Amino acid sequence: MTQNFRLKNIGLIDRNKKLTFKFNGKSYYGYKGDTLASALLANGIHLIGRSFKYHRPRGFFGAGVDEPYAIVQLYRNGETEPNIKATEQELFEGLEATSVNCWPSVNFDIGAINNLLKMFLPAGFYYKTFMWPKSFWYKVYEPFIRKAAGLGVASTRHDKERYEHKYEYCDLLIAGSGPSGLASAYAAAKNGARVILAEDKSRFGGTLLTSEVKIGNKSGKEWADGIISELNEMPNVVVKNRSQVFGYYDHNMLVMSEKVSDHLPKTKKFHPKQRLWYIRAKEVLISSGSIERPLVFGNNDTPGVMLSSAAKEYLKIYGVLVGRKPLIFTNNDSGYETAIEFKKNDIHSVVLDTRKDPHSEIIDEAKNLGIDIKNSYVVVAAQGYKKVKSADIAKISDDKTKLGSIENIICDCICVSGFWTPTIHLASQSGNKTKFNEDIDAFVPGISKQNEKTLGAANGVYNLDETLKSSFETGYELSKKITNNDNKVSFPNVIEKKSSTHDKFWCVPLPKGKNYKRFLDFQNDVAVSDVEIALKEGYRSIEHVKRYTTLGMATDQGKTSNLNGLQLVSSIENKIVPEVGHTTFRPPYTPVSIGVIVGREVGKHSKPTRKSPMHSWHEKNNAVFVDAGVWLRPRYYNQGNENLFEGSKREAKNVRTNVGVCDVTTLGKIDIKGPDAAELLNRIYTNAWLKLPIGKARYGVMLREDGIVMDDGTTTRISENHYHMTTTTAQAANVLSHLEYYLQLVWPELNVNVVSTTEQWAGAAIAGPKSRDLLQKLFPNSDVSNDGLPFMGYMEGDLFGIKARIFRISFSGELAYEVNVESDNGNFMWEKIIEVGQEFKIQPYGTEALSTLRIEMGHVAGSELDGRTIPYDNSLEGLLSKKKDFIGKRSLTREAFIAEDRQKVVGVVPLDKKTSIPEGSYLVKDSNAPLPNPKLGYISASCWSVEYDNPFSLAILKDGKNMIGEKLFVMSPLKNKVIPVEIVSSHYVDPKGERVRS
Amino acid sequence: MLHIKCPHCGMRSQNEFSYGGDASVKRPKLNQEISDQDWDNFVYNRKSLRGKHLELWHHLSGCRQWIKVERDTSTHEIFRTMKANEDNS
Repeated sequence: MTQNFRLKNIGLIDRNKKLTFKFNGKSYYGYKGDTLASALLANGIHLIGRSFKYHRPRGFFGAGVDEPYAIVQLYRNGETEPNIKATEQELFEGLEATSVNCWPSVNFDIGAINNLLKMFLPAGFYYKTFMWPKSFWYKVYEPFIRKAAGLGVASTRHDKERYEHKYEYCDLLIAGSGPSGLASAYAAAKNGARVILAEDKSRFGGTLLTSEVKIGNKSGKEWADGIISELNEMPNVVVKNRSQVFGYYDHNMLVMSEKVSDHLPKTKKFHPKQRLWYIRAKEVLISSGSIERPLVFGNNDTPGVMLSSAAKEYLKIYGVLVGRKPLIFTNNDSGYETAIEFKKNDIHSVVLDTRKDPHSEIIDEAKNLGIDIKNSYVVVAAQGYKKVKSADIAKISDDKTKLGSIENIICDCICVSGFWTPTIHLASQSGNKTKFNEDIDAFVPGISKQNEKTLGAANGVYNLDETLKSSFETGYELSKKITNNDNKVSFPNVIEKKSSTHDKFWCVPLPKGKNYKRFLDFQNDVAVSDVEIALKEGYRSIEHVKRYTTLGMATDQGKTSNLNGLQLVSSIENKIVPEVGHTTFRPPYTPVSIGVIVGREVGKHSKPTRKSPMHSWHEKNNAVFVDAGVWLRPRYYNQGNENLFEGSKREAKNVRTNVGVCDVTTLGKIDIKGPDAAELLNRIYTNAWLKLPIGKARYGVMLREDGIVMDDGTTTRISENHYHMTTTTAQAANVLSHLEYYLQLVWPELNVNVVSTTEQWAGAAIAGPKSRDLLQKLFPNSDVSNDGLPFMGYMEGDLFGIKARIFRISFSGELAYEVNVESDNGNFMWEKIIEVGQEFKIQPYGTEALSTLRIEMGHVAGSELDGRTIPYDNSLEGLLSKKKDFIGKRSLTREAFIAEDRQKVVGVVPLDKKTSIPEGSYLVKDSNAPLPNPKLGYISASCWSVEYDNPFSLAILKDGKNMIGEKLFVMSPLKNKVIPVEIVSSHYVDPKGERVRS
Repeated sequence: MLHIKCPHCGMRSQNEFSYGGDASVKRPKLNQEISDQDWDNFVYNRKSLRGKHLELWHHLSGCRQWIKVERDTSTHEIFRTMKANEDNS
């Protein structure tokens, strides 16, 4: 297809680079430098999609971020992305896009029947209609609405693209590269400040690219290009295009999303698709410009009705005509600028000006060019369905209430200008109290809360001379404050045409006998009548009106509709706009992809993965890994075809009969040194620590101040003032913070230092009746007999030339030891243990066997010490010192904690000795009792006892002390199981603890 | 994201710190007789102030020091930061 609407000699596109693309399956071509929107318009395509509610035809309304209509499904490099604005998407070779919200096609859309039923779809339609019957919501209404409504379709596949995060600091962040952004950036950069200049479009310059002005002896664009190339050369300046500053947070932290590769057919190797910048700026200059406001009239959503500034931009930047017979409808001088640009390209337009007798240089120029101007005229309604074919126009009375006789005028597009709305989103997000400026009928930033200033059109200043002057001055002043430099650049002479004041009129009255839809919000199909209904129904707050009618709630967040909505509410309510106020501006300013927010923290990178030094050995030996916090630990080592149950049973049994070895590197380790180390331990742990001899370990429990068990573990006295503390894997970081808290804030007088040594030591637990024989062979020069190294003893040894720490501690309930070596030697240690252990039938065991061994011994662990239990509940009350105070002791005397029937850990065995008990099940007295069945306790951990070859569980049970021997029921509604059980002692195996001391 | 001046490390971003609550709470001395009410006040009861608040932050991913921060809870303005052993007054 040919580009019938492309002009030959105008535009900033690269005509040497032709690009082919597809829209709804049909091939077209455009040029490098086009957006998808400009390329489609060049090909005469005005029908892009269907509207959200009524499925009315949708075309293009704007040319940038404010676009409410032209939302497409994009296909790039085999992937698809929904809700892409055609006005922002740059064209690349092979781009494919399709319409959204229409079926079977954009030309014939069945959903358009909603348009005929529109009297039944008023404001609050969903709230009113789908209330009854209640059960219909999930089954009937919701699936139907979801199918009928909505925009694009998100891909269900994993996103292969890469997104990055970047942190940056600067003196000045400048958001927007229009005249004010360029001038302030230039002045500040020349004065030595570190500047970041961000532009959301691909081209720098903002309105300078389309306005007819002279700065010095240059055109606006030439001046902008010159400034940008100078800034690009400066080492203290970062200039970024395709970068949208979308959020302003506390302490001058701003977030910007940079579209690094979206304009390319595919992302280059090692490049991200997008990059998220966290920028901490000393000062922020908001130069985000303004967005043209629509005028409201009948059928003002027909394709071909668009902002006059957009028509000018398509013409001047892309060389594209949005129509050959334009009708321009304006309440200010901006419409004339568009008419003049059309005229220069031999397109004759008719200008309807709502004002009676306006005078300005711009209007004079238009008159001199012979442009047809009708004063006190309005568009009453656009005619045409899929494209504007003509317009009904009429003269309007001076008080703007009465229409004259309707005339029809042939046109193929209607360019509207209802004056300009400053883009104050960032200023408002920063906490700035905005104020209403009556001169421009819009809100502008007021009193700053953070270090932020708004310049130019974003601040309601619409003439270039004043904008440049204040921006040069502000850039200079702020940089001077920061750098103390005094390097002022000279200010260029500006030539621009003066404009006259705008007309406050914005909404055309309905002619008699007609009820045209007059749209306020173009993406969500909110018309004047919807807001009127909402107000009649009693909605007053603008926030409520917004939510009830969905005005301003679409993906464009009301960039073109908010102010007209406010004007309407205030005129119906007989209030002034500032009394109605505006809805809250929240980040993001414009939609941002989830991918760029998440960054690289996806999949296995969503958290760090920690591996022990023996990890590769585990891998080579068929370990099946499990996540233990951030660690990867072997769950069991697979042999042949066995499953988790069979494998862990084999491993646990081998520990009970021979000897096993388990990687315990992940245990938290804290080195404690200093003359007051024993005193610290004595205050932190519940038991006594002052008399622990050198070379001995002790088991300890620490509480939170509220009496709940925080963690347990062994601590060993290495030398006079040196202790080695172990914590559970999960609580390692919290325990260190806990110790630091007390040492730094509560007892600064204690002379102790603590440091984490978790990564410094590799650990192997050697457990089983043959563990001592193995240990003796590993350390032939050490006396590891029961006398030489008794239970809870500690010694240092020589492991084939490597220094090792040997602890006689047991988690499995068997005779057991733990050997620690420096991490670098971990694999050496492990291989030696396996090698020497062959004659004792050693097998490595994983976390599943580890759990089985501790559960059947009744050792409590994380599933019992779950942040809800006190020492008594875990049968640890014997470790509570009566002689000394410790952290949390005072709380243990609370009424509930000393109740007679306080919960306690017990053992649970199914009566049939066969049925496994799901963890998390409830214990009840009577399985047939009516609901709510009183819950007596819960199953905390379950295993298959290798000692007795039947299921065994631990439970926290009410009055557990007196429940031994009772018959209860375990209920798991989740697994739909009821299991009759008997309550037994939690110490199921070796209740006297003889093995560990043997 | 707040920008907090660690008295040991200088200006750092909030994501290096973890919040530690009201800094004016003093733990009762060990072995001290204390009423249930006073103990409850120490363990549980905190005022949810609007305005100036002296609070603890732990520079977890930095120097690992606990510091005191005087912050306005509604505006997030930080008036001053102190080392743990500096006087609050």
